[in-house]
Amino acid sequence: MADAVSGVPIGRGRRLWLYALGFLILLFLVLPTIIVIPMSFTGTRFLRFPPEQLSWRWYQAYLGSIEWREATWVSLKAAVLTMLVATPLGVMAAYGLHASRSKWSRLIETALIAPLILPLILVSIGIFFLYARLGLNNTMTGLVMAHVCLAMPFVFVTVLAGLKGYDMNQERVARSLGASRLVAFLTVTLPQVRFSVFSGALLAFITSLDEVVVALFISGGENATLTRRMFTALRDEIDPTVAAISSLLVALTLTLLALGLVFGDRRAGTR
Amino acid sequence: MSDGAGANAAALARAERREAQGLFLLCSPAVLLIAFVIFLPIGWLFTLSFTDEQGAFTLGHYARMLHPAYTRSFQTTLELSFLVTGICCLLGYPLAYLMSQVSKGWRAVIFVCVLFPFWTSLLVRTYAWLVLLQRRGMVNTWLQDVGLIDAPLRLVHNFTGTAIGMTQIMLPFMVLPLYAAMTSVDRDFVKAAASLGASPVKSFWQVFFPLTLPGLLAGVVLVFVLCLGFYVTPAVLGGGRVLMWSMSIERSVAVYSDWGAASALGVVLLVVTLGILWLMNRLFGVGRAIGGR
Repeated sequence: MADAVSGVPIGRGRRLWLYALGFLILLFLVLPTIIVIPMSFTGTRFLRFPPEQLSWRWYQAYLGSIEWREATWVSLKAAVLTMLVATPLGVMAAYGLHASRSKWSRLIETALIAPLILPLILVSIGIFFLYARLGLNNTMTGLVMAHVCLAMPFVFVTVLAGLKGYDMNQERVARSLGASRLVAFLTVTLPQVRFSVFSGALLAFITSLDEVVVALFISGGENATLTRRMFTALRDEIDPTVAAISSLLVALTLTLLALGLVFGDRRAGTR
Repeated sequence: MSDGAGANAAALARAERREAQGLFLLCSPAVLLIAFVIFLPIGWLFTLSFTDEQGAFTLGHYARMLHPAYTRSFQTTLELSFLVTGICCLLGYPLAYLMSQVSKGWRAVIFVCVLFPFWTSLLVRTYAWLVLLQRRGMVNTWLQDVGLIDAPLRLVHNFTGTAIGMTQIMLPFMVLPLYAAMTSVDRDFVKAAASLGASPVKSFWQVFFPLTLPGLLAGVVLVFVLCLGFYVTPAVLGGGRVLMWSMSIERSVAVYSDWGAASALGVVLLVVTLGILWLMNRLFGVGRAIGGR
């Protein structure tokens, strides 16, 4: 009877099974990635859990290698530049599309999210082919241009969603009181959709930092990204240095995620 | 009087149109960049796939795809995609269901667990599986300690390992649309079924489950389409023994510099992907469900 009242269509005994199964599935989702962190502190060449002796050996190997350091620098630079370019472009596009209801809107929207839908491998060889003719392969400019195309849709989608929950009349009020469109946008609209802009920018940063397939084709030499070097290292042998780098990446991601949650709470507080 | 109002209205409409055009220009930098970096090269590859070395029209690149080397990679891709999509259904449905049943606090915990893989690097997650599944890895060690197996199993650098890794990576794409569909089901239907005497099992299968089918379908399409073009995880966990469609494309370019073959393979992948999305959108309006509305 209690089941009927709560609208839960399964019985109590079955629900225990459901909880157990759900717990196992959650472990399957999270545990493999997390468990690499303690393993990365091993002192031996073999990654075991629990590690036999604790040491910073593989972190020292990472920091001591010029190749890994350079690749990290390239990746961080590309990710920051991608974020700085993709965010304004995405915000502009989302605002333009939201404010003007044109018959072309649907088409533009599809074109802007196309990089998320098209098979990445096809996009990658396409960019490689184009860059080969322009001399942009293995350059930072080329890498950032490609990553902006992949990251911008995330900014666009998040900001567009933010704008849909925002009352555009507020901006009209500001303009009727004499503010120009730009001033009205910057002082009235932007502060209110800042959370979507912020999470869009964060997604853009992470998209670029984590991107592998395009980087495999178009980044190389002194502009090889961290993920590209990791990928190459993985194909040869299981190098514990990669475990150290992976742990650092997971830690970075979790920090950014926590940062996003903090900003999210602040938004919830003001509403 | 009415003339003046009419002229005013016309002027207003003109001003509004001009403003709309101005606003529209705001989209142009983003659109132009994507057109140049993404669409232009794909169009270029499209023409390449129909051109031979002398620049004449040919269907040869497509005809070559019937060669066993390519058909085998199509077969592997389809087998893996179907298998991974199927397992994702079996694991994703209970998890999404659990998520729709528990209290708010637990739901937040599950949400973080489901979204965690979204935020961590694909390569890191793939690497983690490589470490866990290797010959002397954790899974084999544990299974041996427990006494389930005597000799280590071959869990990685083959079909099994690729399927395990891909399933974990694709699972969130199944859970999220399913969860969205489940929360939009009106629980009164289930209560009505119960009050009319349906057993919990019956009301689940005959009332609740059919109502969540659009979400399930959205998840299936999303996972399947992503599997078809997947590169990174099969390349690492397959260890060169699992040759996927995307890897045939990569090899055609990187090893053989055969742009005709690579383009033709890419175009077929694109057409299949867009075809599935279009068909599902047509039949069930899945696009809206994926859009997370």
